[in-house]
Amino acid sequence: MATDLKLIRNFCIIAHIDHGKSTLADRLLEHTGALTARQMGEQVLDQMDLERERGITIKAKAVRLRYRAREGTEYLLNLIDTPGHVDFTYEVSRSLAACEGALLVVDAAQGVEAQTLANVHLARQQGLALVPVINKIDLPAADVARTKRQIEDLLLLEAAAAVLTSAKEGIGTQEVLEAVVHRIPPPTGSPDAPLRALIFDSWFDNYQGVIIYVRLYDGVVRPGVRIHLMAMGGTYEVSQVGIFAPEMRPAPELAAGEVGYVIAGIKEVGLTKVGDTITEAARPTARPLPGFREVRPMVFAGLYPMEPHEYLLLKEALEKLRLNDSSFTFEPETSVALGFGFRCGFLGLLHMEIIQERLEREFHLRLLTTAPTVIYRVTKTDGSVVEVENPAKLPPPQQTATIEEPYIRASVLAPAEYVGAILALCQEKRGVQVGLEYLEETRVLVTYDIPLNEIVLDFYDRLKSATKGYASLDYEPVDYRADRLVKLDLLVNGEPVDALSLILHRDQAYARGKALVERMKELIPRQLFEVVVQAAVGGKVIARESVRPLRKHVTAKCYGGDITRKRKLLERQKEGKKRMKQVGRVEIPQEAFMAILRLKA
Amino acid sequence: MKPLALYLHIPYCLSRCHYCDFNTYVLDAGQAREYVRALASEVRHQAAALTEPRRVETVFFGGGTPSLLPAEDLCLLLETCRTAFPIAPGAEITLEANPETVTAEAFTLLRRAGFNRVSLGVQALEAGLLQVLGRPHTPARATEAFAAVRAAGFDNVNLDIMFGLPGQSHRDWRRTLDGVVVLGPEHLSAYGLTIEEGTHFGRLHRRGALRLPREEAHLAMYGEALRVLPAAGYRRYEVSNFARPGFECRHNLTYWRQGEYLGLGAGAHGYLGGVRTVNERLPAAYIAAVSRRGSAVAAREHPSPVAQAEEALLLGLRLASGIDLAAFAARFGLPDPPVDPTLLTRLEDLGLVALSGGSLRLTEAGLPVSDTVIAEIAACLAFPSGVCA
Repeated sequence: MATDLKLIRNFCIIAHIDHGKSTLADRLLEHTGALTARQMGEQVLDQMDLERERGITIKAKAVRLRYRAREGTEYLLNLIDTPGHVDFTYEVSRSLAACEGALLVVDAAQGVEAQTLANVHLARQQGLALVPVINKIDLPAADVARTKRQIEDLLLLEAAAAVLTSAKEGIGTQEVLEAVVHRIPPPTGSPDAPLRALIFDSWFDNYQGVIIYVRLYDGVVRPGVRIHLMAMGGTYEVSQVGIFAPEMRPAPELAAGEVGYVIAGIKEVGLTKVGDTITEAARPTARPLPGFREVRPMVFAGLYPMEPHEYLLLKEALEKLRLNDSSFTFEPETSVALGFGFRCGFLGLLHMEIIQERLEREFHLRLLTTAPTVIYRVTKTDGSVVEVENPAKLPPPQQTATIEEPYIRASVLAPAEYVGAILALCQEKRGVQVGLEYLEETRVLVTYDIPLNEIVLDFYDRLKSATKGYASLDYEPVDYRADRLVKLDLLVNGEPVDALSLILHRDQAYARGKALVERMKELIPRQLFEVVVQAAVGGKVIARESVRPLRKHVTAKCYGGDITRKRKLLERQKEGKKRMKQVGRVEIPQEAFMAILRLKA
Repeated sequence: MKPLALYLHIPYCLSRCHYCDFNTYVLDAGQAREYVRALASEVRHQAAALTEPRRVETVFFGGGTPSLLPAEDLCLLLETCRTAFPIAPGAEITLEANPETVTAEAFTLLRRAGFNRVSLGVQALEAGLLQVLGRPHTPARATEAFAAVRAAGFDNVNLDIMFGLPGQSHRDWRRTLDGVVVLGPEHLSAYGLTIEEGTHFGRLHRRGALRLPREEAHLAMYGEALRVLPAAGYRRYEVSNFARPGFECRHNLTYWRQGEYLGLGAGAHGYLGGVRTVNERLPAAYIAAVSRRGSAVAAREHPSPVAQAEEALLLGLRLASGIDLAAFAARFGLPDPPVDPTLLTRLEDLGLVALSGGSLRLTEAGLPVSDTVIAEIAACLAFPSGVCA
């Protein structure tokens, strides 16, 4: 039953965002008849609304294509789509691990970008055969020769045989398929060896439970087999296996070299972690697949319902989302200022935005989100170590020996004329230079170790504006480093507003504190008494502003027995009061929190 | 017989003032004649519609500029009221007037017909400011009008004056205050200018083309009125109203005390039997409605107990006498005290309200922020759970 391994090709497409990965995937599907042109209304591999809107792929998907090559042989091609964002680097690496080769798509007008470099690096680590594809050759700004030079110089890849395409116009599709067949090696492995399969994604289905996306390296899996997940440790009986055609299609079995899905009555995606190895419980492999890692959230934020009574709805929504996304975490949290909510952990900023948007869009919740923060590692004076993901929970200075924060290694690729601006920004963001390399005369690759907190704050936006949008950024976690970090508290008439506390570097505290109190001053409406807004570090006030008491608010005339206007005014005031959050005696409009929390540096 | 007040709206003016957002229109003499007939007809209709006989204690002809109508028309309207309702002996019968329309002859007629109080729109005593306001009269004309009113026999006169006007200096205001005190009316209304949407000033303000006194200056002018007028014998009995003892406007007090009144004429508001009504706003629509169905009521509202209590609060706290908390609580079935005592103590500590002898009132410091203070108190009314959403 198993297909001859020589006739299977497992491959993925890697590209910088917007270089045409999804469009090319659609062309391949269309050309191989996996889908008719009429069904192609939408880009098929990017199924979630959000993915379509943002033009990025969040979750990996897989599809099996049948392709009859020019020489007449029919091949089975498994195209594995990969997430296209730095938040999901680990998932990308596991998707790549499921393949023998990758199409490297480079935009003929944009050329090689930071993500291209990062993806090529990942693909090389997995030992993948790389086929350069130069896309968008129909664009007026396309420069194929230059793109080829970049591929050779920057990526150290032979570009003479690069496939030239315009996925949009359907140019070069067949050449791409020929290259997949002839330049990407077939899988190896033995159907007779003990089962060894890689989980590269999983999805929760309301009726069937978890659907595991697998790549088999050895052995065979079929319904009735008891499988064992080697890292997570569960044993389950398989009820169905199948392939993606692109819709799920049951098959009698999956064998070594193949890509497909396994259903085994598993109730939570948290039990089927990407990168885990599936083996047969009765005849386990002695060699689990390398590279498994538990992904941990890197970025944390408090999510609060705008309407306090929506707390339970929010909780249910979070639970539902977690069914399909085990990398996202949440636990209840209480804020004096914002009430009941959840501290949520995300893989990165995009992941956070996606979750937020899904909560608002799919569950119709209105949310207040605190400033995102990272996990700080605090060594207390008694020697104990605590991890802090909420600035309000930072131990007091007198109990703190050191505070360490996570660093990432950022690679910035940009036109050389912006090198000065990039270096200045990285320095300002407390970066430590690791490398500075001119890749061509006109392009520079800047590598810096930068605190993740700075990235979370506004690094990307600042980088974009400093380079007129020409820089591309990629990063990976490196380590934790100690620094002079402090907690900045915001006080309103002496009461700390816990939701607005920040951890930052001592040297930034003054400027940021000043900016925050100035903004607060603008946002807090005048009240019947003076409101003093202060920024403080370790109990010491470093910035202060005051909101003058309200002096004049009176309707002079209450005329002709028409009191509707006065009543309307009162109604408006009452409505306004409902939207206020009380900090001590001071009423702070919800909008003020929003504005402060959106305040970028 | 339960008391009742009548308000008759005359929606016509010679020209529209730049700050005015009342239901007024430039005079159309032809329509005005029809309007008077419709108004008389509505008076009769509403009197007939009363479920129990009422004793009318006050009548107020407001506008607009009622004095713009021929005196005969005004006399006819008052006569219609007398025929339709029992008007109490000693009832307060006010006519609003603007200086440009006042003549000795007409006011003599009016006085004889039974009008006994005149409210004259003086607004300012500087020619420049009157021009800014779009008033069609001069300071001298205002003084002459006052003299004419007096000569016609009116011994209960109010003058309206305004502060916080574009380009008005503190000294200008002081001169206006001194000027009206010298005239010696029985009653003074000193209004701070509010910029309303849909007025000429509203449009200028939106464009940033209105040079208003700064907040501090505006407050200082109000403070000046609070000093100068009482010193001259005018007691402040409402946010903007001052009177010699015994000359408080009984009609307006009816509004502020949630008394009952009929609103007659275009866009007039009424409050009777717990129902608030408003008439068709446009004169043509009003006239048509009256001729078609006798009444011109366009909308009715039955305020909830919560809304009624809030109204009592927002009207009552405008009065210098304030609100008797125990009576207020009893009237609306609220616990005593009806307001969270912590809030009252706090407002008292801030010097914005005073509590004495069981009544709550705004202090002079509280007056300029009365809308906010009242909203604070309204938000803390101790409604039994379930009543207040």
